Amino acid sequence: MRAAVLVFPGSNCDRDLAVAFRAAGFDTHMVWHKDTALPEGIDLVGVPGGFSYGDYLRCGAIAAQSPIMRAVGQHAERGGYVLGICNGFQVLCETRVLPGALMRNAGLKFVCKMQRLSVTTADSAFTSGYEARQEITLPIAHHDGNYVADPATLQALRAEDRIAFTYVGNPNGAMDDIAGILSPNRRVLGLMPHPERVVDAAQGGTDGAPMFHALTKGLVVA
Amino acid sequence: MKATVTVMLKQGVLDPQGEAVKSALGALGFSGVAGVRQGKLIELDLAPGTTEAEVTAMCEKLLANTVIESYRVEIA
Repeated sequence: MRAAVLVFPGSNCDRDLAVAFRAAGFDTHMVWHKDTALPEGIDLVGVPGGFSYGDYLRCGAIAAQSPIMRAVGQHAERGGYVLGICNGFQVLCETRVLPGALMRNAGLKFVCKMQRLSVTTADSAFTSGYEARQEITLPIAHHDGNYVADPATLQALRAEDRIAFTYVGNPNGAMDDIAGILSPNRRVLGLMPHPERVVDAAQGGTDGAPMFHALTKGLVVA
Repeated sequence: MKATVTVMLKQGVLDPQGEAVKSALGALGFSGVAGVRQGKLIELDLAPGTTEAEVTAMCEKLLANTVIESYRVEIA
């Protein structure tokens, strides 16, 4: 399986994500934001955390307009897998690959801590390594993780079982405690917590590892 | 020609920064503020021939996130 990790000016979790992909067995390629196409045969695109373009204008807004994101949109449209973490989730919302938006934390503070989460659905290639309603702990580190969507979108997310993770003890004011959501075809996941930072015991936790292991097994070639 | 774009959070979207400014004003003794909304003002120095429709397209595509924000364009 082949994975790509996008690199924007200001990305800072790109190498962590590549390490996690490689440890799980992905043939992993770094892709610069000015590239107009993904490498041949990419199954999974990782949109990493960080502060792309310094969070200017809105978090993820400028990155969403970069040349590579057009290719990522096409990859998603034809059923390719995309994992957007933290700033990557913000970028996917700004490109409208995922619905809703991520606003300033309700408490206004940058929140950086280990966070309890509930796996809301195990029905996706990203979450099939967990049990539904299993509680896990992943790091969070963000200033703008307050998920907002209109009532119809929230209703659709619930009805279609597309809420992937919810916070146990809401750290940022996100509607319905939403920490991560899936696209309608369940092949795009955006989440604020950082699974790639806890894939090896040396990092202080391994609760992120099941996501990457499940991805190596569960992908359907698009 | 100049375009002034005002971007505000839509009504009904909680504005944590506006709320913080409101409580800070209250702490300073300004009791007469019932609400604060904080937004952005973006000035565009337009090249000759740029139309208001193009500025609107800029707002839709980049300057505002219409999921949560509304915008207003003034050309002078």
